[in-house]
Amino acid sequence: MMPDLGKYAFAVLASYGVSLGLIIVLVSLSLRRARRVRAELDKVEERVKRHG
Amino acid sequence: MSIWEYANPVKFIRTTDRILPWVSVAAVLCLVTGLVWGYFFTPDDYRQGATVKIIYLHVPAALMAINAWIMMLVASLIWIVRRHHVSALAARAAAPVGAIFTVIALATGALWGQPMWGTWWAWDPRLTSFLILFLFYLGYMALWSAIENDDTAADLTSILCLVGSVFALLSRYAVLFWNQGLHQGASLSLDKEENVADVFWYPLLVCIAGFVLLFVALVFLRTQTEIRARRTRALLARESRT
Repeated sequence: MMPDLGKYAFAVLASYGVSLGLIIVLVSLSLRRARRVRAELDKVEERVKRHG
Repeated sequence: MSIWEYANPVKFIRTTDRILPWVSVAAVLCLVTGLVWGYFFTPDDYRQGATVKIIYLHVPAALMAINAWIMMLVASLIWIVRRHHVSALAARAAAPVGAIFTVIALATGALWGQPMWGTWWAWDPRLTSFLILFLFYLGYMALWSAIENDDTAADLTSILCLVGSVFALLSRYAVLFWNQGLHQGASLSLDKEENVADVFWYPLLVCIAGFVLLFVALVFLRTQTEIRARRTRALLARESRT
């Protein structure tokens, strides 16, 4: 099941590690900012509605 | 019904809200299937050995690094011609995604190049134009952050995007323009002789689909965020005036 990467283990594993790591960071940051901006807008809209 | 209806921020958010979960699930499914298939169930290449497994990340990332810029170019042109804010914000939203794909392409390329070429980096036409494309991504994002007025920022970044498109296209066709350097020609081709073998080709196609869907999902999500951030700024500005 596990492929034998031989002398290329570092190149292959580092490629997968770096790429998946960067994708996870990008997705996490995008989701976090989306949640933060949405909450901020809700707050401001609520305030504007209350004060006209 | 016209495509320009989606230039309305409310309509854009409502429509993408409905599509986003499906695109996200499809992206995860394609990425997991393609990478597991490619990593665990494909043989080593007779010349490149196990390093061929890097193709499932390197090629889709490089492809999307260029295509992301092309998408930004189209969105920028729409902004310049029709002044639709959603298109300018979509270009802004796509830039960090394209930049990360460029970093993945550069990093996996270096990791692949070291055992195959004996060097991490060479000032080869394709590698160099890709590095310049990455610098354009950084410049584009920096320019958006540096200018307070959204419309002025959209104008200037659109011009930068037009200029950067030369390098986006150059990075795709550099191998053809200059028949020199270490990087080989396109891995994907309609010519069966030139294309990679089927055993690598099918999982690679699934990975490419995964990267395309991931890009679409992230651009939808990030454009929604940019629209909301713009609305927040507008409301705060109106509030501070009253």
